[in-house]
Amino acid sequence: MISLTVNGKQYNVDVAPDTPLLWVIRDAVGLTGTKFGCGLQQCGACTVHLDGAAIRSCGYAVSSVGTKKVTTIEGLSPTSNHPLQQAWVAEQVPQCGYCQSGQIMSAAALLAKTPKPTDAEIDTAMNGNICRCGTYQRIRSAIHRAAAAPGGGK
Amino acid sequence: MTSTNNRHISRRNFLKVSATGGAVLFSVCIPGLRGAATLEAANGVFEPNVWVKIGADDSTTITLSMLEMGQGVMTSMPMLVAEELDLDWNKVKTVWAPADPRYGNPNFGGAQLTAGSNSVRGMWKLLREAGASARSMLITAAAQTWNVPENTCTTDKGEVIHAASNRRLRYGALVDKAAVVPVPKTVSLKSPKDFKIAGKSLPRLDIPEKVNGTAGFGLDVQRPGMLIARVVRCPVFGGKVASFNADKAKALPGVRNVVKISSGIAVVADNYWAASKGVEALVVTWDEGPLKTLNSADIMKKYVALAEQPGKVARNDGDAPAALKSNAKSFERSFELPFLAHATMEPMNCTADVRANSCDVWVPTQGQTASHEAAMAASGLKADAVSIHTTYLGGGFGRRGEADFVTDAVETSKAVGKPVKVVWTREDDMQHDYYRPVTYLKMSGALDASGKPTVFMQRIVQQSLLKKLGSLPPDGVDRISVDGSATLPYDIPNIRVEYTETDPGIPYGFWRSVGCSVQGYVVEAFIDEMAKAAGKDPYQFRRDLLGKQPRHRAVLDLVAEKSGWTKPLPAGRGRGIAMMEAFGSILAQVAEVSVTNNAVKVHKVWCAVDCGWVINPDTVKAQMEGGTLFGLTAALKGEITIQNGRVVQRHFNDYPVIRHNEAPEVEVHLVSSMETPGGIGEPSTAIAAGALVNAVAAVTGKRIYKLPIRLA
Repeated sequence: MISLTVNGKQYNVDVAPDTPLLWVIRDAVGLTGTKFGCGLQQCGACTVHLDGAAIRSCGYAVSSVGTKKVTTIEGLSPTSNHPLQQAWVAEQVPQCGYCQSGQIMSAAALLAKTPKPTDAEIDTAMNGNICRCGTYQRIRSAIHRAAAAPGGGK
Repeated sequence: MTSTNNRHISRRNFLKVSATGGAVLFSVCIPGLRGAATLEAANGVFEPNVWVKIGADDSTTITLSMLEMGQGVMTSMPMLVAEELDLDWNKVKTVWAPADPRYGNPNFGGAQLTAGSNSVRGMWKLLREAGASARSMLITAAAQTWNVPENTCTTDKGEVIHAASNRRLRYGALVDKAAVVPVPKTVSLKSPKDFKIAGKSLPRLDIPEKVNGTAGFGLDVQRPGMLIARVVRCPVFGGKVASFNADKAKALPGVRNVVKISSGIAVVADNYWAASKGVEALVVTWDEGPLKTLNSADIMKKYVALAEQPGKVARNDGDAPAALKSNAKSFERSFELPFLAHATMEPMNCTADVRANSCDVWVPTQGQTASHEAAMAASGLKADAVSIHTTYLGGGFGRRGEADFVTDAVETSKAVGKPVKVVWTREDDMQHDYYRPVTYLKMSGALDASGKPTVFMQRIVQQSLLKKLGSLPPDGVDRISVDGSATLPYDIPNIRVEYTETDPGIPYGFWRSVGCSVQGYVVEAFIDEMAKAAGKDPYQFRRDLLGKQPRHRAVLDLVAEKSGWTKPLPAGRGRGIAMMEAFGSILAQVAEVSVTNNAVKVHKVWCAVDCGWVINPDTVKAQMEGGTLFGLTAALKGEITIQNGRVVQRHFNDYPVIRHNEAPEVEVHLVSSMETPGGIGEPSTAIAAGALVNAVAAVTGKRIYKLPIRLA
């Protein structure tokens, strides 16, 4: 049994210790908002927070999580009301939507550290997140919008 | 007629649509519109047809047959019904249609298929008629209630209104009466200028679920007792399993079973990770088959040789070969385009639960009909025993019009007797796609002494999508391949377009913008070079050839104006322009680029489009933005190469796509238009490479004859 904390709740999961965190979150914990896109940390669809930092959960063994707190898209805001989620709706960002959990989690980690990011800082923080539908310019607008919102770039 | 043939006919109807520049066909009887009236009258529900259902509490449910893969149909389709029915948009809920011919798209001969930019084009009339017919029945019910003439009643936001007596009735209060009103034989539709809902950028209905992780994609499907399978396929196309040993795989914890299915060997386990370890432990010997020595270079060599022979004639205006000889300035160029993968963000997957007398399939598909047929074939069950449950699609781009993943899941579930989700890895997805066909084209053109173009000739060598779906027509021309060249809008007296079919055996399929993905680049690169040879501005050169095409000319003028075409550029920048008609829409683009150390940077793209009257302008803009990036990715980076009969590329590192730092702003302008709606999911992908390569030529002087662009 491996114990881990996801979105403030503790889970004991019976999985092989080398199982990537992604598959523990999806298959064992049962939260499917975090996506499988490549399994090689190349696309960012699996991005979650580990103690607030964005990581690619597809390449992170569950045994390495330890006592660090995991936050997924489902735990970003209890009411889906994070300034980024509001900005994503306002800018009508998603198309197919598959990559957007990862995009939002990367953006949230960015804003937590850099409340008013420049375009260059957005590029650096977001470059690991691919969107095949090409929503990048709306993502950029949404990040700026959230950063400008009251309490947005906290 | 077999069901497989039905699918072929569906695709052929699509061809008629694209080959005629987007004419919409309505020759097919759609049973859904007149079918379900009064069925649920007794239950306090008004269900005048298969598309709309209104409850006594005013709850309104609209059934969606076109599937949501990012293109916004989950919102635009109900907007069409809501417009004619004057619904209160806030009360509208949607449900996905099952696989059922009553929900077919007329543009596909009644098949359920979301492809070819045909959702609005195929469905708008049908869905508006469904709404208008329901509205008419509600008015009849209200008029009877009030004992007033029907033509004194109006509707707005879910109510019938009798203005003269200041009375109103909610639709919900009329459901029982409306349910027994006969379905009208004919209905009249609103003029687009009277639209209240259509034409507005209403927020998309799917977006709230897509920002909090609750949107259900195929990979998110969970069923009680479900197992996870991965399938190992022969890396060489056309190869098959010679023998395999699963002893080690089966001994691993969590691995439940290893079974042979038609596409390879399925390793079935409790979870994905266990299945993956099982795959690693599996020992398979392949019979690699006849393609095991095939390389991309061999394929292209054959295509080049084929282009020396005459092809089947797709268009023949004037006498192009003769004119070519008699003109002052003539030239010949050749173009090469590679195989391309779709690389949807959500890898292929499907969940199936096959029992003795039933088969349930949960699948992110573009085609309920094709999925239904594949599941019937794989399960051996009849149509009514097989249920297709659709999910959101994590990208489609044509890939999910296939049904190979359905066959995987149904065969595996049937073999192990449990519900099974088959999950493809990124490598599986990249290496076992149905690729955009590799293409070789020979182009010839001529200018007269004044610089006016007099000849446009094309000979294209490409696998035939029509043949894949059934057969080529008697004239031997695949209209998909010449979509964009045989339909050339420019006024040139001698035009000849020829097509040559060949098939190297690599799986190929429909890829966003299909034939236009080749022609948007090749035709516009060639026209641009003709403009240069004529010593004319590339915008003016095109404009002069569009005297008989006012819609085209207006779109071209708009993009030139918005991009500041005549204004000077910053040092080191170049601009390119391109235009085409694709999927019933007319669009033009200007790209602004710079080139540093042979690397192309796209700074901005301007896009103007006339797609007829618009349902949701922001959705059109989003499709223009995203489609442009899809086309730019292909032109700048996309290449699938074949070595020893297998695909070289495996991941996003060797099949790269545009990322945040490379993505230009795309500025979109819509032409206000009352014309019949055109498609919007694909045209901008088709034209993006055209504007791009012309901009690269403007800044470097180098014409691009081969994609992806490699300047070094």
